[in-house]
Amino acid sequence: MTDIFGQTLNLNYGLLLPEIVLLLSSMLVIGVDAFKRQLKVSGNVPVGLALSGLLVALALSILQVNVDEDFARLVQIDSFTSFFRILFIAITLVIIVGSHEYIEKSVSHVGEFYGLLLLATVGAMLMASARELLTAYLAIELLSFSLYIAVSLARSDQRSGEASLKYVLLGGVASASLLYGLSMIYGVTGATQYHEISAVLSAGDTGLTTPLLLGLVLIIVGLGFKASAVPFHMWTPDAYEGAPIPVTAFLSATSKAATIALLLRWFGGPLLPIASDWQFILSGLAVATMVVGNLVALQQVNIKRLLAYSSIGQMGYMLMAIVAVGSGYASDATSAVLVHLAGYIITNLLVFISVTHFFNQTGQEEINSFKGLAQSNPYLALMITAGLFSLAGMPLLVGFFTKFILFQAVVSAGHLGLVTIAVVASTVSLYYYLMVIRQMYLYEPEDGTEQWKLSLTGYLTTLTLFVSLVVFGLWGTPLYAAADAAASMF
Amino acid sequence: MTENDGYFLIALIVLPLLSAVCLMIIPSKERTLIVGLTAISSLVMFFVSVYVFMAYSFDGSTFQGVKSYPWVENIGLLGENGISLKVGIDGVTASLVLLTGIVVLPGTWVSWKIQHRLKDFFILFYILTAGVYGVFVLLDLFFWFLAYETALLPMYLLIAVWGSTRKEYGAMKLMMMLMAGSIPIFAAIFALFAEVGLGTFDMEVLLSASKDEDFQKIFFPLVVIGCGTLGAMFPFHSWSPDGHAAAPTAVSMVHAGVLMKVGAFGIVRLGAQMMPEGALFWGPALVALGITAALYGAISALRQTDMKMLMGFSSVSHMGYVFVGLGTMNVIGMTGAVLQMTAHGLMTALFFLLIGAMYDQSHNRDLPNFSGLAKQMPIWSVFFVFASLASLGLPGLSGFIAEVHIFIGAFRSYPIVGGLAVLTAAITTTYLMRALAQSFFGEANPKWDSLNEMTWIERSGAAVLVAAILLLGLWPSPWIDRIAPSLSQIPGLMM
Repeated sequence: MTDIFGQTLNLNYGLLLPEIVLLLSSMLVIGVDAFKRQLKVSGNVPVGLALSGLLVALALSILQVNVDEDFARLVQIDSFTSFFRILFIAITLVIIVGSHEYIEKSVSHVGEFYGLLLLATVGAMLMASARELLTAYLAIELLSFSLYIAVSLARSDQRSGEASLKYVLLGGVASASLLYGLSMIYGVTGATQYHEISAVLSAGDTGLTTPLLLGLVLIIVGLGFKASAVPFHMWTPDAYEGAPIPVTAFLSATSKAATIALLLRWFGGPLLPIASDWQFILSGLAVATMVVGNLVALQQVNIKRLLAYSSIGQMGYMLMAIVAVGSGYASDATSAVLVHLAGYIITNLLVFISVTHFFNQTGQEEINSFKGLAQSNPYLALMITAGLFSLAGMPLLVGFFTKFILFQAVVSAGHLGLVTIAVVASTVSLYYYLMVIRQMYLYEPEDGTEQWKLSLTGYLTTLTLFVSLVVFGLWGTPLYAAADAAASMF
Repeated sequence: MTENDGYFLIALIVLPLLSAVCLMIIPSKERTLIVGLTAISSLVMFFVSVYVFMAYSFDGSTFQGVKSYPWVENIGLLGENGISLKVGIDGVTASLVLLTGIVVLPGTWVSWKIQHRLKDFFILFYILTAGVYGVFVLLDLFFWFLAYETALLPMYLLIAVWGSTRKEYGAMKLMMMLMAGSIPIFAAIFALFAEVGLGTFDMEVLLSASKDEDFQKIFFPLVVIGCGTLGAMFPFHSWSPDGHAAAPTAVSMVHAGVLMKVGAFGIVRLGAQMMPEGALFWGPALVALGITAALYGAISALRQTDMKMLMGFSSVSHMGYVFVGLGTMNVIGMTGAVLQMTAHGLMTALFFLLIGAMYDQSHNRDLPNFSGLAKQMPIWSVFFVFASLASLGLPGLSGFIAEVHIFIGAFRSYPIVGGLAVLTAAITTTYLMRALAQSFFGEANPKWDSLNEMTWIERSGAAVLVAAILLLGLWPSPWIDRIAPSLSQIPGLMM
């Protein structure tokens, strides 16, 4: 088939099978849940459908690892896409398996909740694979809208509605800014295809510097919001705090990773020729994000807000790598940021799922409610400790390895100053992680030392994550090799 | 040392880690099993350390017992042998490995009387030990730094859970200062990798690669600040007295005995060996800081009443000698510095063991509260006097040999500093003798009549350290023969 310009289009729908499967299962989950009385199905059917959809999609994505084809010039299925597809599906799987008790108990509209998570996953996958501005924009909106609703689904928690409203209003402004920015880029270059934009921009001066720069700034503002870069981070702690914990985990993992994927696609691709124009802006954002995220985290008393600021800090490190991408180290910096992203996600999921189980048991999320956890549930205390230490980049855990690789790549690209700030910030972060660890190990539990245990799925997910935390911490080669393969297209 | 002896070096890292993993599996109420396991593993580590030290003899090569296993290579920025698990030792690390083996042995013994969560204590303690051994034997910067941080990480919980006096404050201060100290090291490692530009963290390659002189001058001080923080170098020492006062006995022993030496060793390996021109340039500054620390620590120690605080400042002072020795940039001074690391490690470990033995009974460490302890605890007092004599550098004991080397080295390069160093030794004598006179001799205070003599386990532990101090004091040549030739390979060093 040809498009209106007479160019042949590749309409191989097989390429989009993982996305199609996820979409169908999300519709099915929502539909079955809506008619569950009429259909007389048990309560486990929605989660079963969601999981089987995810597993099929995962298998299909793995089968397509070596593909390098485009679909109708809208999305590109290549190694980079495959890396993120597998990552995103795995995240959703882990979150659903790890916290389904919480979801059954504390989330209203369970069926819609699973359906929305699947839709958001599809959005994130398309963000990583888009090769064209409008597709990318639609993918962002698919992810965002699903999350706007999901954030509001915490049962009997007024903060949830407030968080959702804040998120949707600010998110709307950010999307508008992004779209306006994209229209500027289109106006200057006359193209929405990444490679065509890149060709126009690298051909030399377009004579339209002002709109180009304006578009660039608007795009950075829009994506900065999605990435929780300071000063566009204000929504993050509120949304994290109000959302159901699995959604918080999803926000901190998938939503952030998808934004990084998009940033890499854009700033490593179409916008690379004008690197000198955006590098200094992103350096500033990176520094502000690292510093503010880690400093404000120091005074938090709620674990979800603490993790929100800690994830803001982590985004700062990754923005730093985008700066390195602009210094002619596109491939090396990309593989480094991907390996860090993967490590960060493993770690963050471990922490969030542990916190979910803690909340299930105690119904509390204040940091000082973790008092004496080392006695009432030593296993969970060890999991949280390992996760927090890994976030701080402590050795024997994956965080050390990935941070080492990431910082090395940025230094090699010639940004020693940025890395020095990052290392200082990460030392600060150790302090507030230790504040949580202190509560668990140094104090006696407040309401007796009654021991409690996790559910089977709780053990399963946390143990899997913990083992990968340690194994990749000591032998990160497979992770790094996968990231390097994904970055090979840059 | 043959190449296959490299397996023993790997064993030094694996053994403590393996013990930690085994301990995790053992249920915490099986105390006998825990004690048995730690007894065996500490003894095995001790013998392996001794063997490694004996097997090493200088043969002209920089490192011996080199074993290398590729870990991550040809990915991203990393080229051939990008990150490899590589072990090997030179004369300096041979002597430090031996020191670790000697200190961990009694450290394990005296910890058996801990009642509260014994198993968890040993898990963390052996992770720390693995980190320390790792720093000494690993020859890849990635793993070196990993081991370095691994040695620091357990400190927080070890002090905060099992410590005493102001333990949370001491633990947090120590942790944050040491972690802040690793910032410049982190930066220097990255810069070194980028400067050499061969895509490898292999220290042997980095050591022999040529580095720009300006680069060395910029990054040598970073290494000194970073490693100096761990080595309690003035003015980055302030965690040391607080941390030591708060730490439990075995942790004080290993920390003052070995971990502070990791810091000083970092200056030798990453600093002097890796960036010799930078070291030559900054040598005078290092000497100045060292002698300031020696004097400052000694004078501060004069005013301390808490025994552990006294030892904390005394350590700052003694580590000052180490930095003076390193800064002289001549073979004899630097050899003295490495000898002083060993001598101070042994002597401080003995001190902390003794203080712990008494504190566990009296729950009091204030010197003015005691008098005539020699009547109540005669054997303990004999050990204590011995440790004091070693500390003030009595000929025939370990401190003397080390200090003589440093003084000679200092007189060669900076005569005034040599004079000041001798003055410091006099102040050291004063504060130690004052403590002895006040608390050990004179009228016995009946309040402390209930104090019991040291247990046999503690006596054996102290005896091991005493034997080592005597050996190094009376027959230092095994150490000097290993250390001096290795150091003399550093380019630009005077004799």
